[in-house]
Amino acid sequence: MDWITIISTTVKSAIGVETVLYALAAIGINIHFGYTGLLNFGQAAFMGVAGYGLAVTVTVLNLPFWIGIAVGLIAAVLLALLLGAPTLRLRADYLAIVTIAAAEIVRLVFRSVKFKEVFGGSDGQRGFSDGFYALNPFPEGEYGIGWFTFSHRLLWIMLVGWVLVAISCGIVYLLMRSPWGRVLKAIREDEDAVRSLGKNVFSYKMQSLILGGVIGSLGGFVYGLAYASVQPDVFGTETTFFAYTIVILGGAARVLGPVVGSMIFWVLLVLVNGVLSEAVQAGYIPFMTSIQVGPVRYILVGLGLILLLIFRPQGIFGDKREIAFDVR
Amino acid sequence: MSAETTAANTVSERKAAALAAFKDLARDPGVPKPDPILVVDGVVRRFGGLTAVEVDHVEIQRGSITALIGPNGAGKTTFFNQLTGFDTADAGKWTFNGNNMSGVPAHRVARAGMVRTFQLTKALSRLTVMENMRLGAQHQRGENFWRALVPGSWRAQEDAITEQAEDLLARFKLDAKREDFAGSLSGGQRKLLEMARALMVKPELVMLDEPMAGVNPALTQSLLGHVKDLRDQGMTVLFVEHDMDMVRDISDWVIVMAQGAIIAEGPPDTIMSDSRVIDAYLGAHHDAPLSDSELQEQLHQAEAALEAEIEEETQK
Amino acid sequence: MRRAVIAFTAFLGGLIFLLAVPAQAAAPDQGLRGTLKLQGQPVNGVKIVVTTEGGQPVKEVTSNAQGAWEVPVDKPGKYKVTLDVKTLPPNAVIRGGNAVRTPTVFSGNVSTVLFALQPKGAAGQPTAEEGGETSPFLDQAAQLTFEGLNLGLIIALAALGLSLIYGTTGLTNFAHGELVTMGALLAYMFNVGFGLHLIPAAVIAVIAGGALGYLQDRLFWGQLRRRGTGTIAMMIISIGVALFLRYVFLILFGGQNESFAQYTAQPGIEIGPISAAPKNFVAMGIELAVLVIVGVALLRTRTGKAARAVADNPALAASSGINVDRVIRIIWTTGGAIAALAGIMLGLSQNLKYTMGQDILLLIFAGVTLGGLGTAFGALVGSLVVGLFIQVSTLWVPPELKSVGALAVLIIVLLFRPQGILGRRERIG
Repeated sequence: MDWITIISTTVKSAIGVETVLYALAAIGINIHFGYTGLLNFGQAAFMGVAGYGLAVTVTVLNLPFWIGIAVGLIAAVLLALLLGAPTLRLRADYLAIVTIAAAEIVRLVFRSVKFKEVFGGSDGQRGFSDGFYALNPFPEGEYGIGWFTFSHRLLWIMLVGWVLVAISCGIVYLLMRSPWGRVLKAIREDEDAVRSLGKNVFSYKMQSLILGGVIGSLGGFVYGLAYASVQPDVFGTETTFFAYTIVILGGAARVLGPVVGSMIFWVLLVLVNGVLSEAVQAGYIPFMTSIQVGPVRYILVGLGLILLLIFRPQGIFGDKREIAFDVR
Repeated sequence: MSAETTAANTVSERKAAALAAFKDLARDPGVPKPDPILVVDGVVRRFGGLTAVEVDHVEIQRGSITALIGPNGAGKTTFFNQLTGFDTADAGKWTFNGNNMSGVPAHRVARAGMVRTFQLTKALSRLTVMENMRLGAQHQRGENFWRALVPGSWRAQEDAITEQAEDLLARFKLDAKREDFAGSLSGGQRKLLEMARALMVKPELVMLDEPMAGVNPALTQSLLGHVKDLRDQGMTVLFVEHDMDMVRDISDWVIVMAQGAIIAEGPPDTIMSDSRVIDAYLGAHHDAPLSDSELQEQLHQAEAALEAEIEEETQK
Repeated sequence: MRRAVIAFTAFLGGLIFLLAVPAQAAAPDQGLRGTLKLQGQPVNGVKIVVTTEGGQPVKEVTSNAQGAWEVPVDKPGKYKVTLDVKTLPPNAVIRGGNAVRTPTVFSGNVSTVLFALQPKGAAGQPTAEEGGETSPFLDQAAQLTFEGLNLGLIIALAALGLSLIYGTTGLTNFAHGELVTMGALLAYMFNVGFGLHLIPAAVIAVIAGGALGYLQDRLFWGQLRRRGTGTIAMMIISIGVALFLRYVFLILFGGQNESFAQYTAQPGIEIGPISAAPKNFVAMGIELAVLVIVGVALLRTRTGKAARAVADNPALAASSGINVDRVIRIIWTTGGAIAALAGIMLGLSQNLKYTMGQDILLLIFAGVTLGGLGTAFGALVGSLVVGLFIQVSTLWVPPELKSVGALAVLIIVLLFRPQGILGRRERIG
């Protein structure tokens, strides 16, 4: 077994692109679910409209990269308004169902043949990231020591990604120590009480939905730019559920929870994936084939989510008294 | 020492003023008050075919403690919900300080100075007692998204709010708990916290939904004292209560609801001898024991009413 | 609790040995593929000719019993795919009439090529004009209404279980779709794996579905309830269960489409404007019968009344002497059994796939939500509305977007009637 490859991919995954983009998605969900108690199961749609907003603006409309980013952000805000308006007055479980339905609508429209001219059908769109890499300050080459190296392209997107993560965490930190964050946390506890104290609950929920959606949409940009393409099925509901797992793993309603969660999540997944595929290839696990290794990661996520919620709902580092949602 | 005597004097003045205002009023439902803070006209709320609230006219006297009593299911909480914007009335108009409040959303009602508490206490469990209190303050600069990002813009106001909260907590003897999670408080302490938090809004009219429900008897006296304090500080109190002893002790005026309508009003010491009230509480046959056939009849009626209700609910 | 989790996991692990279906072989690096279907039925033996853009022949294939065909290609680029119309069944034509497609194959990707088939004489295509006395639009509307009812009844079966479980336990079960899949796959295992005829296989699968529902509550959800786990936590746990089961199915069953050994390609019969395979009529009859039986049981039997009482107010029901746990267990058993039945019916009218339950989960939710969360009869009405809407909307909407319409309607209905069609509002304070 090739332990060097396994270890190097695992170590790299701790700070890799996947970790960054899922951390961003999870920071958004943490604002929704951890702080405000909103069950947004449509985070993937926020990432999707941002990624596609950028891709379509650049490839179909031939507009510059920055306008694509602006279009993506506006699309995320509009999606939040569209989703929030009918559902934020309803019970939590309705929001869950409506957001998951909306995310599916978005995905189905992206992959439809009808709009293939615009969104590229199930193949998605590619070739919109040149504007971004034109800004790359790193000259062409490999950077790092030994096996711990990244290409100049990867280094650039990782740098931008981690800066976005840091800024997002900073914003969350400031907001959640402010009276604004206090209202959000109070809404999570009991929105009628907050209403009786003269706060416009609907407006705060909407602000939370927009903020979390926009931060999640940054994850969509990072995906699109890192892989230089967007495909509709990347933005499926499983992406959202991965992000939820990450939030709970790192501890809901904790500023750095989603970041730590994302790092642990991807290190574990990549490690298991690496060890399993190497072991299968080497013939140590005779009853599995190499294509069965892929699904194993989903099985682990599912199992992890179940076990976490039952035994450590406060997350790995959390304090049980501060659990942000109703478990016991 | 002298300050305290003046305080005591104003206290008795407020009580006396409230009682004087009610002195010559008729005992009819909807009787006009000399200086009403809240005037309600024709509020109706139906659930399917069941009319939960149907109030023709009622006025609440400013600066008084008014009790709203009535048997279970009389529609008291539903009426509260209509007035405070937590539920939409099917018809009706009401004004607070002369301003129209019908159809106004709950948070605007609170901002206008009409603040309520809930029958099942809504302490915000995973916020500290102090955070609960701070939340009540109005016009907070830091509750705006953009200013929240700049701590300097709201720090000073936050300090002032904290000071105000500390005063109130001390008054309600919760100051030792200020950094505890509200979820760790006892039932009575939560009631106190909810009331103190409502005061942070600086309301003119405080509406308490069963403030004594589920409170340990040792705490009720202190709660009663706090309710009286509210009036003595110039606020108007409207509260829902079951316990007649409590009502008699603290209220200046009593409004009785039954089957969604207001059936009587009057001062607390005489209202319970009003025949309409006794009928409502005990049924028309309260003085004669019920015969078997009458019992059967009542049972049938109750069952029929219940079935009709279920029928309508499922048909909705 | 810990024991319960281990037991549940072990039980799921046991399935691995039960479902002894070999996984699919690896696909080629890049290529073209497609599936030919006529009204949901695979079309066998149709010739497909693939050439390069310049006209160089690549390969000729014919569709197999599942209607599928696949052509691996050496390098990415544009290809020309022609369907030989002469090899189509006599009653089938290509929608739009064009028999040539020019897809682009990307490196490492298998491109799907669509040939939508429709019965000769259907509206919206040239041959229909010679057609008949009645309006083709109305004919098609009638056909789609029928198909909508068919789908609606399947959704209703699954929705009824979901709604009853939600009503009695407060659990919004995102793993309900996997119960549907499990029913279908169990029937497939007995049918294709062990060689039983589909009817006894289906009966066994439904019984097994009920048993699995019972065990799930006994060993897992019931334990969590006893611990006082909150409804939101349970909802997220159910997402974990769904992910877990779905990918266990993928490993055991593989990623391909399959169909049952019997009743796959039945010739259609025509009743008035409607043409469908006889199995669809039988399936609808069974679905309707089961729904009526469950409905009557809810209204008339002691357990049914108790179930409605628990759904209304568990504490009150418990204090009036109803054994709430027993009622919930019966609900889970029934819910599991009818979800399994829904899966089998779905597998009969479409195909079997490891995501088949997940794919209709949102439609089930739409049905349940439209009717009002937790009201059993609301779920029935809502599901039929969803099923009808999805099929009939294809008169105007491209079929690939038909679910979009249904989900959009769900959102719009919630805007105006948040409690659902038959739901009721909650009291505050």
